[in-house]
Amino acid sequence: MNKLKTAVADFGWPRIIIFFFVVALFVAAPFVGVRVDGALSDVLARFGQNGILVLALVPMVQAGAGLNFGLPVGIIAGLLGGTLSMQFGWTGWVGFLGAVGVSLPFAVLFGWAYGLLLNKVKGEEMTIAMYVGFSMVTFFAILWLLLPYSSPNMVWGYSGSGLRTTITLDGYWTKILNDFLAVRLGRFFVFPTGLLAFFGAATGVMWLFLKSKTGTAMTAVGSNPDFARAGGVSSDRMRLVSVVVSTVFGAVGILVYQQSYGFIQLYQAPLYMAFPAVAAILLGGASVNKASMVNVLVGTFLFQAILTMTPNVINSVLQTDMSEVIRIVISNGMIIYALTRKTKVSK
Amino acid sequence: MNTPFKLPSAARVRRFAADNVVVLIFLFVTAIAVPSSKLSGTYIIQDLLTRYGRNAFLVFSLLLPIMAGMGINFGMVLGAMAGEIGLIFAVDQGIAGVQGLLYAVLVGAPIAILLGWIAGQVLNRARGREMVTGYILGFFMDGVYQFVVLYLMGAIIPITSKAITLSRGYGIRNTLGLDSVRQSLDKLLMLKVGPFTLPMATYLVIALLAIFIVWFRRTKLGQDMRAIGQDQTVSHSAGIPVERTRIVAIVISTLLAMVGQIIFLQNMGNMATYNAHRQTGFFAAAAILVGGASVAKATIPNVLVGVGLLHLMYIVVPPAGARLFGSAQIGEYFRDAMSYAVIALALALHAWRKRANAESARAGLRGAASGAVDPAKTEGGAA
Repeated sequence: MNKLKTAVADFGWPRIIIFFFVVALFVAAPFVGVRVDGALSDVLARFGQNGILVLALVPMVQAGAGLNFGLPVGIIAGLLGGTLSMQFGWTGWVGFLGAVGVSLPFAVLFGWAYGLLLNKVKGEEMTIAMYVGFSMVTFFAILWLLLPYSSPNMVWGYSGSGLRTTITLDGYWTKILNDFLAVRLGRFFVFPTGLLAFFGAATGVMWLFLKSKTGTAMTAVGSNPDFARAGGVSSDRMRLVSVVVSTVFGAVGILVYQQSYGFIQLYQAPLYMAFPAVAAILLGGASVNKASMVNVLVGTFLFQAILTMTPNVINSVLQTDMSEVIRIVISNGMIIYALTRKTKVSK
Repeated sequence: MNTPFKLPSAARVRRFAADNVVVLIFLFVTAIAVPSSKLSGTYIIQDLLTRYGRNAFLVFSLLLPIMAGMGINFGMVLGAMAGEIGLIFAVDQGIAGVQGLLYAVLVGAPIAILLGWIAGQVLNRARGREMVTGYILGFFMDGVYQFVVLYLMGAIIPITSKAITLSRGYGIRNTLGLDSVRQSLDKLLMLKVGPFTLPMATYLVIALLAIFIVWFRRTKLGQDMRAIGQDQTVSHSAGIPVERTRIVAIVISTLLAMVGQIIFLQNMGNMATYNAHRQTGFFAAAAILVGGASVAKATIPNVLVGVGLLHLMYIVVPPAGARLFGSAQIGEYFRDAMSYAVIALALALHAWRKRANAESARAGLRGAASGAVDPAKTEGGAA
């Protein structure tokens, strides 16, 4: 009984309540006329769509650099890759993989600079990361207008210059992962094999990375910097590596997100994209200084399940659209909960 | 390097530049933008005078938490929401003029105290990361605010006016016209000086607040706050109730933000019910940091200089962008990017300096041979 109690306390009441909330939503769904298979299909698609952005948070948490509220830095690198790939006229797999390829050097460069900055401000990373992300997004809003993009599918029709706010990926790489080997069962359920396989592969890569020599050293830096230093590990270097890896995953993550969404969203759109990812990983059981693959998978699934199910189910029950309020309260409540917990010595 | 305690004059200049780099960058950009904007001096000054009245009070509400060592109170948006709820009731009751504003303050006060108390409790549990927690708390309460205003008002909370209710019968409309109280404080005492009009009543309120803050710093409570801002452990041993004092700092800040938002909105004349508070914290934080404040030290001159500089940039950059790049949009993105970058830079410089100081203190313990870190030497981050 005591064991159960500590297990519950460790996991945290908010997570348990939200978990049962999700279960209740699925149970209630058929009674209010929402198809469970259709809903599940949506949840799976969104799980794969958002997963890599959540995954991107893991290395920095492990290295003790906190929750990466500066995820937009990576997102911007991904957007650069995506828009450049379109500008070059690459379509299909060449387009998507080309976008990933083009975005990587930007992600490494941005991540490196961003990591150097974060190393100078240890202990205050999160607030600063947030504002670095914000300034990056708004600064690039200027560049989207000024850079010499010229593909008629991307620029404003009347002026012939400056990228549009949303650019459709139709004819380029819309849903290229989602539709790859997708299995359709019945009228409402589609299993997005390619998308989930890609997410699975990314999770595998991250897992292997964390198990590697570098990954272990990184975790050591996060758990106990003094111990790590005594063991000859450079804390600054490891943190820098973690920020670069996080930024690279952020870049890939946004490309996966947008191929699934079907549009590239520019300008102010990435401004708040870090927050749902942070809420998701915390919902999965991560804390400010400890995160695992399981946290990512569970958290993303639960969070996307809430986002998908609440509009359908709650609206049918209450006859009004409360999903926005529920989303705001749950996601930010989760982040506050994690920030206000006493940071335990990691086990 | 071998004389760490005596700065040569070149280093002193660099030190000054490093200490004020945020202000200097800002002055530089604005100095370029002012002539390219082609706006007349009269226009710029009149706009600045109006914006002082509109914004200064809100920025003042950040002072006390900084003094208490809690950083920039991004949770001040909670106060802004309380002020908006007060205004909704004032408009609903049809109370016009300054009485309407007073009514809004009276309604807003208990809400602000409650929200401030909650925020103080939360921030006490999030020591060392108050700023990010306060920021997220603003998001969280935005959800609660939406729930109350969009679903409860008119349904459970009685709202009499049909004009401000959504057509479905409950919830407040997206835009609330504040005609009944529009600029009632500003127009109470308008002073005409040459081509300029000065809202003296608003200035008077702001001046009273400044006097209050000067007085408050000298009270026992104010001294306690400053002590806590210096060192929590020592203050605790000295018998200062640390947690309680921190909560009081946040409650006062929230109350002031509530009044500040009401002053802001009466000048604007209408209110975006669900968005008006979203940028409040950002503008106030940018203003105080542009004025040369840091996360740990802020003064009344910081506020006054900051409001002036930030809003000068907000006035001149869009037309300057339109002239230089042929697009006012670029100017608008640019001023946002500048403001965000200034916040990032100011926070980063402070964090970095704190660490450099701690390191040089540690180096001092190790002996003079290892040398001290000269903060001016490795200045700047990649913000």
